[in-house]
Amino acid sequence: MVALTDFLIVGAILFSISVAGIFINRKNVILLLMCIELMLLAVNTNFVAFSHFNADISGQVFVFFILTVAAAESAIGLAILVVLFRNRNSIDVEDLDVMKG
Amino acid sequence: MFEQVIFYFFAGFLILAGFMVITVRNSVHAALFLVLAFFSSAGLWLMLEAEFLAIALVLVYVGAVMVLFLFVVMMLDIDATKLRANFRRYFPVGVLVALAMMYSIVKVISREGSGLVQTPSIAPKNADYNNTRELGLALYQDFIWPFEIASVVLLVAIIAAITLTLRTTRQTKAQKPEHQVSVSKETRIRLVEIDSEPPA
Repeated sequence: MVALTDFLIVGAILFSISVAGIFINRKNVILLLMCIELMLLAVNTNFVAFSHFNADISGQVFVFFILTVAAAESAIGLAILVVLFRNRNSIDVEDLDVMKG
Repeated sequence: MFEQVIFYFFAGFLILAGFMVITVRNSVHAALFLVLAFFSSAGLWLMLEAEFLAIALVLVYVGAVMVLFLFVVMMLDIDATKLRANFRRYFPVGVLVALAMMYSIVKVISREGSGLVQTPSIAPKNADYNNTRELGLALYQDFIWPFEIASVVLLVAIIAAITLTLRTTRQTKAQKPEHQVSVSKETRIRLVEIDSEPPA
């Protein structure tokens, strides 16, 4: 039988991988957005696992809302990215220093 | 036994795909590996009897969000070599942070006193159990207000994405309603006095 901790450890490993991804790809905004999606996926896996092992459907309802907010977030993030690329011809985070004092 | 084989199959693919997303050189490949991660994660959710969410993950994420990602990645002309300039310098730091974080989370999860290890496994549901029905009942009865707020969030996202990327150029043939309603009768109609001609 697969235990609750197995699913939680998979979620923890996936979350750590995406944290490492944010550190490694800190210049590429698209990859940063992808790492955030991976993080949300890890958190959702935890929610579904807890929902199953506690026999409570509320955890899955919460995953539903996380999916909604994540879809909205990536749509707006990519729209900002497109406008950014149109104006500055680059998606490097280090080029975004227009407002530095 | 069979269940464990399935679990390790999907979990292995999920972790492999997650690792490839953060390390591959090409952003398009990263997006495709993210699709693989979503698929294997949907498999794990099916094992947890969350059928509706597993299908929704594939439909919404692979079908909509990842297509959007691929579209943007392919539309923008990105210089990948410049973006990976400091890859080797940041790599050890990232691995170190990830290992520290993974160690601490796994330590907390597998501690005897946390009570997570002792959680008994749940017997599989009956064949007539309907996950979608249960989820719908919870969503429309107990969580109706959060559901409404989620719809507002989606509406705001639609409007924000459109207004951010909409460009009005000189070629745009669109009506301007504010000009249309501010028109008055005097600027458009000129009354002219014309003498009526006598009948011949």
